[in-house]
Order: sequence, then structure tokens, then C-alpha cells
Amino acid sequence: MSILAATAAERAELITFVPLAVLSLVSAVGMVTSRNAVYSALLLVVNFFCLAGFYVLLQAQFLAAVQVIVYAGAIMVLFLFVLMLLGIGNQEVVSETIPGQRVTAGVLGVLLLVVVAVAVVNGGLSGGAGDLAAANAGGNVQAVGRLMFTRYVFAFEATGILLVVAAVGALVLGKRRP
Amino acid sequence: MRVGTNAYLLLGAVLFTIGVIGVLVRRNAIVVFMCVELMLNAVNLSFIAFARRNGTLDGQVLSFFVMVVAAAEVVVGLGILVAIFRKRSSISVDDVNLLRG
Repeated sequence: MSILAATAAERAELITFVPLAVLSLVSAVGMVTSRNAVYSALLLVVNFFCLAGFYVLLQAQFLAAVQVIVYAGAIMVLFLFVLMLLGIGNQEVVSETIPGQRVTAGVLGVLLLVVVAVAVVNGGLSGGAGDLAAANAGGNVQAVGRLMFTRYVFAFEATGILLVVAAVGALVLGKRRP
Repeated sequence: MRVGTNAYLLLGAVLFTIGVIGVLVRRNAIVVFMCVELMLNAVNLSFIAFARRNGTLDGQVLSFFVMVVAAAEVVVGLGILVAIFRKRSSISVDDVNLLRG
């Protein structure tokens, strides 16, 4: 199981995974702890790019592109636009409104992590990583599209309705009432 | 050695926990929203890791739907935030204590 015994592709996956994992964790922690909301938004963009890298490693090339275009592009631009619109001058209140909120939140978060980690480790998934080469044989985009327009076509139509409702709702919310 | 499914799942769990702590600790409603996005992405990572493990693409399709729903959620959520800011000149979650506009 040593690095030297692995093939070139396996070595490449490992030496891509570790720096991306470190960078994604650092950017996530930085996003939560940074005082300035704009820094938070930019660190979240870094995190989204790391996740796109993981999607490529996991043979999900279409979703990696969607992640960069939709998340890092469209959604984060929307976030930054609203941040600028509402003004970034007002700094966040540092004092706690509920006594001991931060400590309690940290303890609860660590508890959640321990529970999930124990579930993952005991889940019997230790061996193997699987492979999508057969499913992706004709290209990842083609395969995902075929599945989306056959088995999941009803859910696909429903998301269309959802997007229309969301757009109309945003218009109604944003309208100034006389 | 291959990077196993467990590594991706544990990374997703850690990212999800960071998002949870952010939602619980932060006051700025926009940053709280960003933490929710982080949690959604952590779960997407688990879906895609499971898709590779099973050798099927269903997990990737589900992950795509999660992205669409997240986009709709951000649009409506930020619309609500702008409406609240017009009313109260503040986006701190502590100041929002009434359902009635």
C-alpha cells in the first residue's frame, strides 16, 4: 500500500487529493472566522474551486464544470452583489447575545463530527474506491444527460417549475411597495 | 494507493461541521447563507463519492438537482434579506424577531 508501489494514476490522485483537502479545509475555516463578509465570500469561492477539483478526481467532469460556472460564477456573484448593495461598512457585532453561544456551538459541532465520523468508519466502506469507467464510457456529459432525460425526467421538469417560481418570488420580494 | 470513498466522506463530514458551526456562531445573515451553501456542497461531495463507489451516475444526477435547488434557494433568500434590510437597515440575525413585515 505504499506510494511507491502504486501506479502513476493512483499516485496522481493521492498527490492531488491531499493539497486540495488541506486548501478546502483552510478556506472553509477562514470563511467562518473572517470578520469581513467580503473575505468570507472570496474564501468560499476558493472552497468551491477545491470541490470542483475533487469532482474531477471522482470522474464527475460535468459537475466540476457546473460547480465552477454556477456556484463559483453565478451564485457567488449574486452574494457579492447583495453584500455591496447592502453596504459592507457595518461590521458584525462581536459580543455574544446568548451567553456561551460560541462554546456551545463548538461542542455541538464536534459532537456531530464525531457521530458522523464513527458512522462513516463503521459503515463498511473501507475497501476499494469504485470506478466509473464503464458508466462514463461514452463521455460523462452524455451519460449524465441520458440519465437526466430518461429516469429523472420528472424531477428535471419539476426543477424547471421551481426555478420559475424562485425567479417570480425574487421579483415580488424585490419590488418596492408604494 | 487509491484515495478511498472514506477519505471523501470524512472530508465532507468535516466541511459540513464547519458549516454547522458557522450557522450557529455567525450573526451576519449573508455569511450564515454562505455557511448553508458550504453544507450543501459537503453533501454533494458525499453524493459524488458514493456515485463513484457504486459505479453508477445516479449520485451525480442527484447532486446536480441539489445545485439547482441551492440556486433557487439563494435567489429567494437574498431577496428576503434585501427586503428585511430595507425595513430595518440591518442584516444581523438577532434583529429579525418578527414574522410580520
